[in-house]
Amino acid sequence: MKKIYLDYAATTPVDKRVAKAMEPFLSEKFGNTMSLHSFGQEAKFVLDQSRQVLADMISAKPNEIIFTGSATESNNLALKGIAFNMPKSRYARHIIISSIEHPCIIESAEWLKSQGFEITKLPVDKYGMVNPKDIEREIKPETILVSVIHASNEIGTIQKIAEIGKICRKKGVYFHTDASQSFGKIPIDVKKMNIDLLTASSHKIYGPKGAGLLYVREGIKIVPLLHGGGQENGLRSSTVNVPAIVGFAKAAEICKKEMRPKGYPENKRLTSLRDKLIKSVLKIKNSHLNGSPPTNFEVKAGGRKLGLYPASKLVGGKSQNRLANNANFWFDFIEGESLIMQLDLEGIACSTGSACSSFKLEPSHVLLATGLKPQEAHGSLRVSLGRFTTEKEVDQLIEVLPKIIKKIRKISPFK
Amino acid sequence: MKTKINNNICGGLYTKKVLETFKNPHNYGKIKNADGIGKVGNIVCGDVMWLYIKVGKDEVIKDIKFETFGCVAAISTSSIITDLVKGKTIKQALKITKDDIIKSLGGLPKIKYHCSVLAVDALIEAIYDYFSKNKKEITADLKKKHEIIQKSKDIIDKKYEKWTK
Repeated sequence: MKKIYLDYAATTPVDKRVAKAMEPFLSEKFGNTMSLHSFGQEAKFVLDQSRQVLADMISAKPNEIIFTGSATESNNLALKGIAFNMPKSRYARHIIISSIEHPCIIESAEWLKSQGFEITKLPVDKYGMVNPKDIEREIKPETILVSVIHASNEIGTIQKIAEIGKICRKKGVYFHTDASQSFGKIPIDVKKMNIDLLTASSHKIYGPKGAGLLYVREGIKIVPLLHGGGQENGLRSSTVNVPAIVGFAKAAEICKKEMRPKGYPENKRLTSLRDKLIKSVLKIKNSHLNGSPPTNFEVKAGGRKLGLYPASKLVGGKSQNRLANNANFWFDFIEGESLIMQLDLEGIACSTGSACSSFKLEPSHVLLATGLKPQEAHGSLRVSLGRFTTEKEVDQLIEVLPKIIKKIRKISPFK
Repeated sequence: MKTKINNNICGGLYTKKVLETFKNPHNYGKIKNADGIGKVGNIVCGDVMWLYIKVGKDEVIKDIKFETFGCVAAISTSSIITDLVKGKTIKQALKITKDDIIKSLGGLPKIKYHCSVLAVDALIEAIYDYFSKNKKEITADLKKKHEIIQKSKDIIDKKYEKWTK
């Protein structure tokens, strides 16, 4: 049985071209970027080159990019780095985040709370949207940072980042966004969008695991999490992971060339696959869509009819607020872990926000924030498409899913 | 050095037997005119297990079926308990413990142990239901177990009232 991977939001395979670009830096060009000799120079040169490529992706300057080991590290560095930037934080100790952040933001914020900081969690609407006006209202003189995820890893909702950026800049508060799911997929311009700090990840865009970055606007001071040899301008000591960073840059370059040229062909392709999937899945009895309605057909979300949405330009995230590759559903009387494992037995890999599949036995905080009840969130299914997804694979899921749902409901006392 | 497997992680750590049982569960469905029904769990938590029993001559549980809403572990433990109970007398069935279930499944992730407890509780409730419906004598031990199950059920139901109403 050929396996079908539809969990690209979790991680992606390394693109062969990326692996090829990395290879020389694993063995022959293995130098330490801090060494003075030719081996070190070679490593330093390619590090600078990679930094330039990644900075260009978001219209930043190379000296504004700090390489890290993961998006989790970048997010920790953003929050804690700003929070502990004394002396300002001595009196200004308020941080605003959204209620649908990734756990690495939420847990960092919770920890800062234990260290005496005040945290405000913003609510979202039923589509997972933060209202920028809420941010404007919550900002007070003590506020030092606002952090809002650019695109949701669970439901794909894309936030009004430029609007939030504008508000924060006007109020003189730093604005951080976790762009792990959007970087490389939709255009980001940190200058135009007034973004002060931004997190991006390599393994979500067909690069290797173990590389992330934090963009910090020139002039903003943060404190490092790691002290040592002074790499990355003293903000992230550690021997630089050159092969992973080379891969990260190559992966970004491919995204720019293939996914984001004029007309956004890759987003268009994924959007049409995703919409076909959504249309078909919503035909299943008692099925619902999570997140923003995508296109020009009538859809239901949480049992509510959402009406018709215009088939406006489904490109680049400009006129839609859902990632092209994300679909998320919930089904009445279905438990997600069972659903995922049944799909896995059919060779299809997806993901769920069910409590039973998490370490804490709590359902997805994102789905709860959009107004779902826990028993509804248990029945959620996330399907995330990617570069190597074919229409045949999506068709396979469309064929198998109704049968599996029927089977699980047959076993359930609720029908 | 002996490496210790982290039992708190689910997903990849289900045993082959658990996955096989999950794929092809035995004895699922409803028994019409069941002699006893045990209903445990809460939908907000994510597991609900209903057990139906049919009791024959000499207090032998001649048929048993389950209906379960829940994860892989909940469905597997439901199926296994029906296998363990079928054909046994009530007295023998009441001796089945969560450890018997876990053993029959070749192990469960620790985080899923509560599913095996749920299966045992469902059986106790079904037998209790059978005894009380037929006005049979209920041992102090069974009564106590029933009360503990009901008490914790009430606490959970109350805790999650806002979601279920």
